[in-house]
Amino acid sequence: MAKRRKTGDLITLIVLILMSVVVILPVLFMVTHSFMSGNELTASYGKILSSSKDDEDDTPIEIDAHLIPREPSLKGYWDVFLATPDYLGKFWLSLGLCAAITAGQTLLACLGGYGFAKFKYPGKNLLFALMVLLMMLPLQVTLVPNYIVLDKLNMIGSYSAIILPGICSAFGVFLLTQTFKSIPDSVLEAARLDGANQFKTLLLVVIPQAKAGIASLVILNFIDTWNMVEQPLVFLKDRLKYPLSIFLSQIKNADLSRAFVCGILAMLPVLLLFLHFKDALMTGIENSALK
Amino acid sequence: MKQKHLSLRTKDALTGFLFTLPALVGLGMFFVVPFGITLKMSLSESMGSSKFVGLKNYQDVLKSAAFKLAAKNTFKFFGVALPCILILSLLIALLLFRNLKKYDIFRTFFVFPLVLPVSSVVLFFQIVFSDLGVVNGVLEHLGMHAADWTGEQAFWVLLILYLWKNTGYNVVLFLAALNSVPPELYEAASLDGAGWWKKLTRITLPMIAPHTRFILVISIVNLFKSFREAYILFGDHPDQSIYMIQHFMNNNFINLNYIRLSVGAALVFLVIFALVGLLLGLRDKDEGGHE
Repeated sequence: MAKRRKTGDLITLIVLILMSVVVILPVLFMVTHSFMSGNELTASYGKILSSSKDDEDDTPIEIDAHLIPREPSLKGYWDVFLATPDYLGKFWLSLGLCAAITAGQTLLACLGGYGFAKFKYPGKNLLFALMVLLMMLPLQVTLVPNYIVLDKLNMIGSYSAIILPGICSAFGVFLLTQTFKSIPDSVLEAARLDGANQFKTLLLVVIPQAKAGIASLVILNFIDTWNMVEQPLVFLKDRLKYPLSIFLSQIKNADLSRAFVCGILAMLPVLLLFLHFKDALMTGIENSALK
Repeated sequence: MKQKHLSLRTKDALTGFLFTLPALVGLGMFFVVPFGITLKMSLSESMGSSKFVGLKNYQDVLKSAAFKLAAKNTFKFFGVALPCILILSLLIALLLFRNLKKYDIFRTFFVFPLVLPVSSVVLFFQIVFSDLGVVNGVLEHLGMHAADWTGEQAFWVLLILYLWKNTGYNVVLFLAALNSVPPELYEAASLDGAGWWKKLTRITLPMIAPHTRFILVISIVNLFKSFREAYILFGDHPDQSIYMIQHFMNNNFINLNYIRLSVGAALVFLVIFALVGLLLGLRDKDEGGHE
């Protein structure tokens, strides 16, 4: 019995390791390829990535996929980080958008979450249910209404068109309501008896107790904004204004070594956030479940 | 409100309301009110005239070939992807649940694709799935026919991307669900001589049914986000097989056809509302039954 259990464990472990490899392979691939020279990349993948589909000839051409660089080179990094300002410019633009949206939404969510979690007023439950419904709606539904308002406010084409609706998203309020609910009322009572007003209670008692929940909101929100595609496509019209998330898919064919390094540039912030906040992220996902 | 001395309860209710007000105003301004405008637009003659034409626009859209194709493909994608992700993520969760502490690192691994911008690894997927790519190379090596992964078979590429990206999220949710099953139930079942299959079907699955319904809702919400992947990999005009509701919306945005857009948004909203209402409504009924 014990032996059977052990073999079972071994098989489980092997299966899990294999799956992890599959999951992580794209990242590994990007990292090693970012250190290949432009020549090596063109020789190996030029047939697929550089040429357009029209000039197909029927001779079978092998591509040469490999993980370890044969001609290690830092030229791509030099080009992207030091030689041209374009890529880093997009990087800081995306970072700025993410910072603005995440900060705004966290503030709104702290206030709203506190109100929904710790107070009672007529109609509150109905409003909360409405919010959950809004949260479930995909962008395909909300983009049109968003567009109408932004058009009326004359914001189409400007970055506020992306920032404002991003801040006013239902997800943050929902997540922090769930988080704040788990803080016992007695803690709040104690603070009020000590003479703290509501804002002080929120700032000095509730928020410090909900650090993990707030961290998870920040990271989930940041990731979502960092990866956004639909909003800039629709609201920004001007291709030059596109953030890194869309800009990337347009440079891919220009210069292969740069393209790979840009991929690394795009994954760097989320990778760092992920490594640092992975526990908060897990808690956040668990809390995002309706209970 | 004109009373000079508000009762403590009224004051408390007012404070709570004020805390939630900023979020409510934001949501109202960018989502609720404009959604009302969208609905009205979908019932009007044209952008210029707000003459009420009833459901005529809906008939037009429902009859159009583009919408039919988009709806058919979207439902097909749902029908294949939802069972796949539920079964896959439940299986992985069951594997991990055998030894949560030891396997914690895998849980983290599997969530990682969720945070990764697809645009940063798009080159990998292009190399793997292009006509001359790795997958076709392997297929030909095995003596099988190469397939057109960017054309007719793009559906499967999108499915793989969806699973790659979202399975980890569901695994975390399923693990939380499995954790909520009281261990005594399994002990009692073991004493009765029940095997693992019996335990799975008689205890685990019924006990996590409410969670599963929520995970299904989340999976649907995430399915709508596959547009990002589809856009980044296949561009504005993908193969017919993955022309989905998102492409229908995006193309109408580009053509500035707001009437059709508003009809599309309203229809998607109706479907989501019905699905989510059905799933979460069932949940409430269940809970009522237990009381």
